[in-house]
Amino acid sequence: MSTENPAKQGVLSGWWSALRSPSSRWSLGMLLVVGFVGGVIFWGGFNTVLELTNTEAFCLSCHEMEQNVYREYRGTIHDSNRSGVRATCPDCHVPRPWIYKIQRKIQASNEVWHKILGTIDTREKFEAKRIELAKHEWARMKSTDSRECRNCHNFGAFDLTRQQARARNRHSEAEQQGKTCIDCHKGIAHQLPAGAFKAERELNDSVGGAVKP
Amino acid sequence: MKTKIKAIALALALALGMGVTALGVVAGEVKSLRPNAAAEADAPPAIYKVMEGTKHERAYRQQPPLVPHTTDKYEIDLKVNQCLRCHEWPYSDQEKAPKISDLHYIDRNGVRQDVVNGNRYFCKQCHVPQNDAKSLVDNKFQAATTNTNIR
Repeated sequence: MSTENPAKQGVLSGWWSALRSPSSRWSLGMLLVVGFVGGVIFWGGFNTVLELTNTEAFCLSCHEMEQNVYREYRGTIHDSNRSGVRATCPDCHVPRPWIYKIQRKIQASNEVWHKILGTIDTREKFEAKRIELAKHEWARMKSTDSRECRNCHNFGAFDLTRQQARARNRHSEAEQQGKTCIDCHKGIAHQLPAGAFKAERELNDSVGGAVKP
Repeated sequence: MKTKIKAIALALALALGMGVTALGVVAGEVKSLRPNAAAEADAPPAIYKVMEGTKHERAYRQQPPLVPHTTDKYEIDLKVNQCLRCHEWPYSDQEKAPKISDLHYIDRNGVRQDVVNGNRYFCKQCHVPQNDAKSLVDNKFQAATTNTNIR
């Protein structure tokens, strides 16, 4: 107990003892109701902001995303297609299950840090980093059995008879060999980095589940 | 003097005017191989579905083989060539895809190299996806295999 700073001790320990002591003024019911309503409002606000950071518009508010990966994504099958169903940035890059989503969002604070540092704030810096960024994303996809792809593309729901013969053969082979989407479908929404094929072989050799044909 | 200038101006204007109308007539009559007039913007090309699966046979010996699948999304640039991901050895064995001819590895000095040579790097310059597009103009082309004058 510090007695030489009574003012500081007064404020801090005052709040602390107020928090610890039972209320003699408010009824338990009142506290419960206020706590419940306050909790709903807090959680609603938290979730709203979380979902706001999960939109295409939010991703594109950084020029690093808009001028590099987004422009490559324009015109790919996930951006424009015959039925107009789109998969935008968060559909592939942010997990849907809550616990994995929060985990990814906490990791993303590192991306905010690099935004401040300006790690990829020019095209040249981005191109130099592209192989590293791509490797991270491929490894993430491979370790989760391409969870984000499978939100929409489910092996179980494939109607193989409606696929082209080439796709049909390769997909049934891949299913039998326990392959995952990202094993073959790399560079479908963004350009591939230089040295992509070498990195692909290294990834298949290092991560478990490397399947030889 | 003034009348002379006026007369010359009139003559010039007449000549120019006639020239312009004459040009207009000529431009109207020009026929190109395209269906629309030469001065108009080109109509967008018709969309043909790529014929996947079986590869069409070559119409003559030196014809670059046609591609029995779509290629429009494949990246070919300084960084990567996605065609090579299946058609270059050793991928061609793993993916059971046709292997690139060894002629593509010979450089301009006739020396064999281990990578596809730069002057053969842009696959889509010669190998196009096959579809049943109609001939742009009528012609008498016959495949070498059916031309009895040759074989």
